[in-house]
Amino acid sequence: MRNVYGWLLLTPAAILLIGFTHYPAVATLIDSFFSTGTVVRPSRFVGLANYALLADDPIFWQVLRNNLAFAAGTIPTSIALALLMAIWVNDKLPARALVRMSYFTPTILPMVAVANLWLFFYTPQIGLIDKVAAVFGMPSHNWLGDPSTVMACLAVMTVWKEAGFFMIFYLAALQSLSPELEEAAKIEGASRWYYFRRVTFPLLMPTTLFVLVNATINSFKLVDHLFILTKGGPDNASNLLLYYIYQVAFSFFETSYASTLTVVLLALLAAMAIVQFQLIEKRVHYR
Amino acid sequence: MRVLDRQLPLLETAAAWLLAVLWIAPLAYAFWAAFHSAAMATHFDLFGTLTLDNFRKAWTYAPFPRHFLNTIILVTMVLAAQLVLCTLAGFAFARFDFAGRNVAFGLVLVQLMVMPEVLIVENYLTMAKLGFVDTILGIGLPYMASAFGIFLMRQTFKTIPRELEDAARVEGCSMMGVLWRVYVPLARPTYLAYALVSVSYHWNNFLWPLIITNSINTRPLTVGLAIFGAPESGVDWAVISAGTLMAVSPLLVAFLLFQRQFMQSFMQAGIK
Repeated sequence: MRNVYGWLLLTPAAILLIGFTHYPAVATLIDSFFSTGTVVRPSRFVGLANYALLADDPIFWQVLRNNLAFAAGTIPTSIALALLMAIWVNDKLPARALVRMSYFTPTILPMVAVANLWLFFYTPQIGLIDKVAAVFGMPSHNWLGDPSTVMACLAVMTVWKEAGFFMIFYLAALQSLSPELEEAAKIEGASRWYYFRRVTFPLLMPTTLFVLVNATINSFKLVDHLFILTKGGPDNASNLLLYYIYQVAFSFFETSYASTLTVVLLALLAAMAIVQFQLIEKRVHYR
Repeated sequence: MRVLDRQLPLLETAAAWLLAVLWIAPLAYAFWAAFHSAAMATHFDLFGTLTLDNFRKAWTYAPFPRHFLNTIILVTMVLAAQLVLCTLAGFAFARFDFAGRNVAFGLVLVQLMVMPEVLIVENYLTMAKLGFVDTILGIGLPYMASAFGIFLMRQTFKTIPRELEDAARVEGCSMMGVLWRVYVPLARPTYLAYALVSVSYHWNNFLWPLIITNSINTRPLTVGLAIFGAPESGVDWAVISAGTLMAVSPLLVAFLLFQRQFMQSFMQAGIK
């Protein structure tokens, strides 16, 4: 009876989960071994041909490099800023609630809106950055149109959007630290910086690792801003894996190749899931 | 919560404020620009004449009322379905020792990593087969069985003492009666936290809605905003600011009113 009841309650959710998570994940893998079907040439088994294509695709390697560069550029900066913000608003300071709100506000904006706002800052000549630069006599620059600056521009915007979100995890962790530690350090005459380096930071390590994994996953998942700001350009300089999958599937209509790219993305996410799982196991040992 | 609050050193206080000003500046600037004429957006003057023209233009340039309606339908539909499905599944995992429970739970958790936005290609094909392309139901369907929601409800239901359930059973309550009269009312804070996260997520979601919709009648705000804000559209910046602010204002106002609740809910969603 318990068996019947349990499965009955689970059924509606299970149907949707299988239909939109498990089935498509498996179908993606299967499709990656087939050619894209057309009206005249139906899809057929091609073995690893799509993967050979992938290995020879310079754009694939470029978007992967971009993804890594993007992660390397945004994650340490966001984490450092988030930690700093959390330490500041955890202490007493005038207008603390206002400061905390200001840090967190970008988190609740949609990425599309953020991109709309930031587009104006980066616009050549009439954009805010060029306006300020002109005051100092600097020449105008096409920030998003130049392959050497476009990634940095997107990274700055992403840090702005995400730091406040990571801050709340540090804030919660800081508030769970025992105040006796700090009193003891004070009696011992430890400086603020020494206390942070030798006590706070090591104790926050589980939080840092947790935020690190989440930030890495986000860096592969979040591509909304590319639709507004660059469309992956110029010349794929700002293209990311998920956006490339979108282009291949819905602009070039190469469904099978898009599936092959998705398999790579799924593998990356699975690897991160394993890392995260092991972190959770470790954290249990700490307590 | 800590009892003893330390005063932040003066220099750091100044730095914290500076960062706060810097952090709110882009939004504040958009706010300023939305209330001033386009000509002024490029000649910054803090006390220039205020105007509501940009909002009026934005409202008529793009079908904002329709986008608002679509988003509200989408968010409500997804949340309602999630609450029902996740309650039932969470209850099953928390209180029924059925065969294959652990395997099933593991399979549910897969969705935490493999979110619907990663599987856009296959999910689009499925929707095409079902005939749900360009429908609001098509936008919402992949999200309705939420692994995060199921996990959250399971954890919450597990903390509720069994004695309460037993007492209700003795009084003659059926299984579903127990769920409805004992578990659901006691889980109210969890429902509220989950609702905040779900509404924020789907109000802001973009990639999947963009792919699955292709007409004004189904496009939610984010997709409408992307089309409206694209440089090709030729709309001037003051009007784009106004449109963007309109699109984010319901969530922004809700956040300003219920800050603490928002931050706590977002944190719960992150930690899982």
